[in-house]
Amino acid sequence: MVTIKEYIAPKTIEEAYELLIARKNNLILGGCGFIKIGSRNINTAIDLCNLSLDYIVENEEEILIGADTTLRQLEINNIIKNHCGGAISQGVSYIVGVQFRNMARVGASVFSRYGFSDLLPSLLVLDAKVRLYKGGVMDLKDFLEKKYEKDILLEVILPKKDGIAVYDCLRKSSGDLPIINGAMFKGNNCEYVIAIGSRPQRAKLAEKSMEALEYGASIDKVADMVVDELHFGTNMRGSREYREEMCKVLIKRMHDKVGGYHDR
Amino acid sequence: MKVTLTINNSNRTLDVRPDEFLLDTLRRLGYLSVQRGCDTSSCGLCAIWVDDEIVLSCTYLTVRATGKSITTLEGVRDEAKKFTDFLADEGAEQCGYCAPGFIMTVLAMEKELINPSEEEICHYLNGNLCRCTGYKGQIRAVKKYLESKVARGEGRWLQ
Amino acid sequence: MIGKGIRKVDSESILSGQPIYTDDLVFHKDVLIIKLLRSPHAFARIKNINIDRAKKVEGIVEIYTYKDVPQVRYSESGESYPDPTPYDRMLLEPIVRYVGDEVAIIVGEDEVAVEKAMKLVKVEYEVLEPVLDLIKAEGHSSIIHPEDDIFCPFDFGFNGKKNIVSRFKLGKGDVEEEFKNCDLVIERTYHTQAQAHCMMETHRAYSYIDANGRIVVISSNQSAYHMRRQTAKAIGLPVSKLRFIKPRIGGGFGGKNVALAEPYVAFVTWKTKRPSKLIYTRKETFAASTSRHEMKFDVKIGSDLEGNIKAIDINSINNTGAYGANGTVVTMEAAQNVLPVYNKVPAIRYRGKTVYTNIVSAGPLRGYGATQGTFITDTAINELSSKLGIEPVEIKLNNTIRKGAEGGILKNPIKSLNVEKCIERGKELIGWDEKYPNKEINSTKVRAVGMSIAIHGSGIANIDSATVIVQMVEDGTYILLTGSSDLGTGSDTVLAQITAESLNTNMDRITVYSGDTDACPYDTGAYASCTTYLTGNAIVRACAELKDKILKIAEAKLNIPALFLELKEDRVCHKEDESIYVFLSILGQESVLGPDSEVLMANATFGMPESPRPFIAGFVEIELDKSTGEVKVINYVAVVDCGTVINPNLARIQVEGGITQGIGLALYEDVKYSDSGRLLTDSFIQYNVPSKKDIGDIIVEFQPDYEPTGPFGAKSIGEVVIHTPPPAIANAVYNAVGVYIRDLPITSEKVYMAMKESKDNKD
Repeated sequence: MVTIKEYIAPKTIEEAYELLIARKNNLILGGCGFIKIGSRNINTAIDLCNLSLDYIVENEEEILIGADTTLRQLEINNIIKNHCGGAISQGVSYIVGVQFRNMARVGASVFSRYGFSDLLPSLLVLDAKVRLYKGGVMDLKDFLEKKYEKDILLEVILPKKDGIAVYDCLRKSSGDLPIINGAMFKGNNCEYVIAIGSRPQRAKLAEKSMEALEYGASIDKVADMVVDELHFGTNMRGSREYREEMCKVLIKRMHDKVGGYHDR
Repeated sequence: MKVTLTINNSNRTLDVRPDEFLLDTLRRLGYLSVQRGCDTSSCGLCAIWVDDEIVLSCTYLTVRATGKSITTLEGVRDEAKKFTDFLADEGAEQCGYCAPGFIMTVLAMEKELINPSEEEICHYLNGNLCRCTGYKGQIRAVKKYLESKVARGEGRWLQ
Repeated sequence: MIGKGIRKVDSESILSGQPIYTDDLVFHKDVLIIKLLRSPHAFARIKNINIDRAKKVEGIVEIYTYKDVPQVRYSESGESYPDPTPYDRMLLEPIVRYVGDEVAIIVGEDEVAVEKAMKLVKVEYEVLEPVLDLIKAEGHSSIIHPEDDIFCPFDFGFNGKKNIVSRFKLGKGDVEEEFKNCDLVIERTYHTQAQAHCMMETHRAYSYIDANGRIVVISSNQSAYHMRRQTAKAIGLPVSKLRFIKPRIGGGFGGKNVALAEPYVAFVTWKTKRPSKLIYTRKETFAASTSRHEMKFDVKIGSDLEGNIKAIDINSINNTGAYGANGTVVTMEAAQNVLPVYNKVPAIRYRGKTVYTNIVSAGPLRGYGATQGTFITDTAINELSSKLGIEPVEIKLNNTIRKGAEGGILKNPIKSLNVEKCIERGKELIGWDEKYPNKEINSTKVRAVGMSIAIHGSGIANIDSATVIVQMVEDGTYILLTGSSDLGTGSDTVLAQITAESLNTNMDRITVYSGDTDACPYDTGAYASCTTYLTGNAIVRACAELKDKILKIAEAKLNIPALFLELKEDRVCHKEDESIYVFLSILGQESVLGPDSEVLMANATFGMPESPRPFIAGFVEIELDKSTGEVKVINYVAVVDCGTVINPNLARIQVEGGITQGIGLALYEDVKYSDSGRLLTDSFIQYNVPSKKDIGDIIVEFQPDYEPTGPFGAKSIGEVVIHTPPPAIANAVYNAVGVYIRDLPITSEKVYMAMKESKDNKD
């Protein structure tokens, strides 16, 4: 059961941040989809709804996604759908049902750094950055490695890139969390970015492997390298051994989908 | 906390706890079509519209609905009947416990998707679990309903 | 009215979101909220419970521990007396036997208070070593039910000190001797998982005291009479003190034929004299209600080179979990509702035992052992056919019985059974001859077909009983009163159709009222696929009597011998001259008028001496990804002989729903426990119910064989439809990549690893 003592929708980000750090059990509300899992006592629940963080806009260099944007918007928004082949839209479309995606927020989804996230792999391969109120702008990959600190994620920044990205996953059933997932980006100059998630730990870039791929290593070799480079584990959805094998399959499948076979 | 919201077109001012969810508020006020199937945002039984968007009332904090317009099946019975007649003709309501959430989602889909394929229909409705029917009768009903609208030249299906 | 796809009688209420389910009907503003504190340990003794702080929480009315409840043992299982179940549970006990077992009953004015108090009850446990593996249960040093006061209504082999609930044997011929004459004998081990019901409405009950001081319980149940009997026992009141009402319910699948919430609300209401309700969370429904029985089987089967099966030998262990409930009969039905179709085989031996373990208690779930039994029998036969190089279709046709069969393990002669037609049509519809065994789609994907057959029963012979009252209302229409329970399947509608047909009238003139122990006569309830056959037969009998009464009254009224009269939709008229008639509304009015009044009504009981066999042939086409082991159902063909199809729409949905639940069992619905015995798959996030995108196409066809003992020729359909997906899919996986997965569910990981192992063995 969840209890909330107080609900506040602040008018300014400063106010939201002050509230957030005022007590240990004050928190920012996301879409609340998972709020009832487990038992928790929240002192102040802070809603970002008055901060105009619900947007997807683009300029010459970047696409900006506000923290209060829903996952459903990522799924259907034309800017996101057309960005590098639509890997982000594709990834989030797997998540539960349309009702859930109408509620879940980008900011909370990224900030929570869920291992099973269907959003993080695509964001990672697209070089996403996050803008934090206190922490400032940082690469998503660094944010994911960073120790958890109270802060407010204001927006996700996607630098404009030329190339194509795909998202792929393996699931036990269509409504389930992934057994393993990942994304791959191939730039117009054959540069590659690879991320694998649900290992079951959170998504991570396979930096050495993607570099090898760029330098012409065969995809079979690279697939093996990714398994060596990233750590895999066992949980209810799959064993470490199976995940490692499936990681290779995903790498090859995604490589095919981004047109990797043209390289040779 | 005091909140003011609109439920099925009537304005309500209510006293709610900050940790009260719409599902509980609605049931407390007698909108009993809204049912609970889980607490993990997984089943779609409690689906309602908030400002015409389909959401899950089980995890939607009531205070967040301040100033918004809420619609439950009770508020759209006439509109819904045009669709549910097809469900009835398939026998696809079965126990019916998932029906209100399913119906609200179908009506939301209708407003959002133009001429959806069966695959798109299944994708849109994938968050609505049902253990009785095996879904096939539901999908037949949705398709027949959408086809009937095309035949009548109604709505957005006339391209 | 028979054979028409008539809308459900409750359709309009359901589809307009009317308040018709248990929690919608709570009309007391002062209803007490009940929650159950549950054990965090799989096996423990309560050393001390301190409720002092919890009781001080504002809004808490009462907290009950084992010291406050009747120490009476009962069974939660909804079965007819003498129930084949040990009376082994109490409302609360100083011992807890699984993670989730009840420790205290917390009662308060609202949910917040109750939740708060729940956290303040301090329990000190002496943790005992749990039994978590069904193999290790028999003779384990931990005895789950050491008590001496467990009552077994009859001897089914109970031995509590050894963790044994029951033993069962079935067979014919000499198995050992027949194996000597076989050209090929295979031995296999299979395992089936503890599937969850996942009915959309969780368990719940609401009770209050009526004007006469009796307890009324409104609950989401499948058998009002059984629930009343078990509840009365649990709280130590006579049955007559209780009234049970089943409103519309949000699905059951067997899970609601178990008295879970009912005894607690009745107890609290009786003690406090206040209305109370208990609603299970989804988590509780997974982790503290019941599941399908996990079973393990050793199967030995042999034949000659032509595929004539000579002997089948099966050993089963059935895990009933912490309480005996339905374990005994599930062990029996894994044979009795499966093997009869192979009665042609000269020697059959089935030996089963039911064991206690410290996991969630198992209970009835659609299929009830026969689903498990079909998976292992059918798969073993498919494996045999694979070894022999004979198509599974052929070996099934060759070794199954036909109409007219009797003797052996058949309790009654088979009077209807459409084996050949169902299999032939199934073959055609799936395109077997073109698709068997497989077709490569590309370098990784292969499509393959597989098949299975199954039978079931239609209620429980010599045990089930139903009584109905059919009565003419003053306006000349009829009302049917039945204690049966419509779970959403549409049984009220089917029974109305049978009534309308029997009385030669239309559906508008039939009202059905069901599931109320004060108003409706005894009915076994909705389980064991009985309602259409059992209650339907009672209706046919009652209607025949009522018809005679109506004609007799009309005879006096029209002064024409009944012989020349005919009962029509709204009147009785002369058979040859329709201008001579009397309206039923007149007869209805006069039936309650003055000295000659006599309400036109009839009641009849049907106690079934035999249980006819429905039949299904299931054919599946799958697509298997060899690189990942993923299996997708592309097409599922189900051809069913359920006797006369009373309502084709509702029957079709039964088939589609059953096949889908079977696909879930076969592919998706995994059950995982922690090392300490806590159920991990306790939410819709962790437990995968198939969704719209997971099931492919389902093609349904009926090949009815008229059942002479059924109402208008009908047999059952509810359960037989869940049996075929696991063996058919396992067969298709083999036909795709040459491996049999013998442990359900058939996950991509198991397929992939088995392929890898088989490749390694070949290399």
